[in-house]
Amino acid sequence: MDVRLTTEQRELREAAARLADDLGPGSVIDLDDADRVARLEKAVAATGWRSLRSDGASGVEVALVVEEFARGLVDVPFLGPVLADDLQARSGTAAESVALAVGGEAVDARGLRAALRLVDNRIETTGVGEPVFGIDLTRTNAAVADPVTPVGELAADAAQRWQALALVVTTADILGAARGAHALACDYAKVRSQYGKTIGSFQAVAHLLAESLALIEGSVSILRYAAWAVDELDPAEALRAGRFAKVYTERAARTICETSIQVHGGIGNTWECLAHVFLRRALTSGALFPVSLEEIDLGLS
Amino acid sequence: MDFRDSPEEAAFRTRLQDWLAENAKKFPTSGDEYWAKAAQWHQALYEGGFFGTSWPKAYGGQELPPVYDVIVDEELARAGAPARPSLGYLVIGLGRHGSEELRQRFLPGMINGTERWCQGFSEPGAGSDLASLTTTATLEGDHYVLNGHKIWTSYSDDADWCLVLARTDPDAPRHKGISGFIVNMHQPGIEQRPLPMISGVTKEFGQVLFDGATVPADQMVGAPGEGWKLAMTVVSHEREPSTLGFTARYGKTVRNLAARLDGEPSESLRWAAVQTEMLRLHVRRRLSEQLDGLSHGPDGSLDKLLMTWVEQSVGHASLDAGGTRDAELLGTYLYSRSQSVMGGTSQIQKNIIATRIIGLEA
Ligand SMILES: Cc1cc2nc3c(=O)[nH]c(=O)nc-3n(C[C@H](O)[C@H](O)[C@H](O)COP(=O)(O)OP(=O)(O)OC[C@H]3O[C@@H](n4cnc5c(N)ncnc54)[C@H](O)[C@@H]3O)c2cc1C
Repeated sequence: MDVRLTTEQRELREAAARLADDLGPGSVIDLDDADRVARLEKAVAATGWRSLRSDGASGVEVALVVEEFARGLVDVPFLGPVLADDLQARSGTAAESVALAVGGEAVDARGLRAALRLVDNRIETTGVGEPVFGIDLTRTNAAVADPVTPVGELAADAAQRWQALALVVTTADILGAARGAHALACDYAKVRSQYGKTIGSFQAVAHLLAESLALIEGSVSILRYAAWAVDELDPAEALRAGRFAKVYTERAARTICETSIQVHGGIGNTWECLAHVFLRRALTSGALFPVSLEEIDLGLS
Repeated sequence: MDFRDSPEEAAFRTRLQDWLAENAKKFPTSGDEYWAKAAQWHQALYEGGFFGTSWPKAYGGQELPPVYDVIVDEELARAGAPARPSLGYLVIGLGRHGSEELRQRFLPGMINGTERWCQGFSEPGAGSDLASLTTTATLEGDHYVLNGHKIWTSYSDDADWCLVLARTDPDAPRHKGISGFIVNMHQPGIEQRPLPMISGVTKEFGQVLFDGATVPADQMVGAPGEGWKLAMTVVSHEREPSTLGFTARYGKTVRNLAARLDGEPSESLRWAAVQTEMLRLHVRRRLSEQLDGLSHGPDGSLDKLLMTWVEQSVGHASLDAGGTRDAELLGTYLYSRSQSVMGGTSQIQKNIIATRIIGLEA
């Protein structure tokens, strides 16, 4: 039992963090900067990380990159393509970067023309149509369009593993967004002054931020296990680990993002403050492959 | 990264399971029967090779990686055995600050359970604000004379020795005038008074009154006036996951609650289950990270806060399940209240996290 990240995993995480910090949006206005988005797209494409799974990366490694990208609000497709890539790898279909479709929507599909989806155990390719309304300012969904073509079938086990990965990836995205929101609030609490002191010196503020950090640490721990489980445990167990991780992290992230808004005061309630951008992203990833408390079974390991 | 047992760990776990099958039933987990056999339990665990696994061989430990504590906690819970004695923080405090003579003399008995210990830090007027303590130790020849009043001293009526913080220099700045001592509890001038808890438990902690009790000068831990450093080592380690220990019992409580329900589990019970699972994995991560030599100073406050939330959510689930009619479940709930107070309150943990980890102004 040694659940530390390996050196390679740490290096991957740092590389993903650097990329996100350098080219992710640093402000709400940056979201509309087409040049930046183009540079980010080029950089992400160059890493080859959208095909991490077909290149043999573990669930842990995928989760680390997803988490850092969400922390840095990376606003080019990643979560969708990386899950679609896993489907491609499992079905042996052509390895081109495509979106992921869930039901009638291609998720995280900005700029992509084709999508893959899993219907029961059947894999289909679809077209990507018009953008649909979404609250996430960093990722867009689009309607699924013709042609819809069946391209393969997954064994029940493989389908479950993919579902487990989907829970892990969405959970990592939620965690990353929460970490970004928390960092934003901590930075603000160190510079904003009221009553002649920084607001972070008031316990009422400091304690909220401390609680958020504890929630983040708890989320990291529960997610790491689920991410490891994707490749190492029975698919049913991996799925179960993913459910636990998602329920915990989703609740935690909501509190963390709401705290960030609160710590920002009036500014936190304006469109210009990034706090809501993190919250929107966390909510969106929560709603994708949703898990409710009712699905938590109590036969704990 | 591997959440599975290594072959050595698996062998250790199997040996422990076999040992527990033989021995666990001999030791009650609660009430006066538990306290009557607490020392024997500690010694039996040690003799079996299941206690002090991570501590130095020189003092009776086995120098195994810290994660062995996880295995012990999990298997004790599974077998329905009493908790692992919780005193790692005292071992570390004495190990880091005591002279080699004191370590040789006291660590083996502390680890193997032949000598029982308590921690005399808090006083009626000095809890969170520990540095305001007023118990005095005055040098008279080759020994110090103690006067003062300690409170909430866990296991005080069971203890042979107490690690006492006392003021040796009333004129020094308040953090600088405190020293640490190893005080014999069996001597005139020490009175131990039980202090019943809100749950009705009477043996958990007590008050200790010093009225002219003595301690040889060479049983001071560290140099005169260095008691604060000792105190900080002890309280920060008191909060780290291996000491918090036995977190597996929360999972057990959740399963027991689920088993006695007629209908669907309540939302609070499911949420307690999720948090319990989080803590199980969190402890694994933290103990693994100790292999990197991470000190777990202020980080222990995060662990303590998480553990407190879990224990209290299990407590709430117990209350929801048993209402006011089930004395045992009400006891579980009431006992869980102390978790946000003992070892430094949740507010104090949040102060530490905010200033020392996040870097907010104090
Ligand atoms: C079950 C149990 C076992 C214990 N075992 C031991 C033991 O073995 N040895 C030992 O020495 N002690 C022990 N204690 C004592 C424990 O360490 C103290 O109770 C604790 O540190 C709080 O101190 P206090 O009770 O004086 O509360 P106070 O310090 O009076 O606190 C009262 C309230 O004020 C809040 N508060 C105080 N200061 C601040 C601040 N700076 N910022 C924000 N809020 C603040 C607290 O959070 C709390 O809510 C034990 C306590 C319990 C409940």
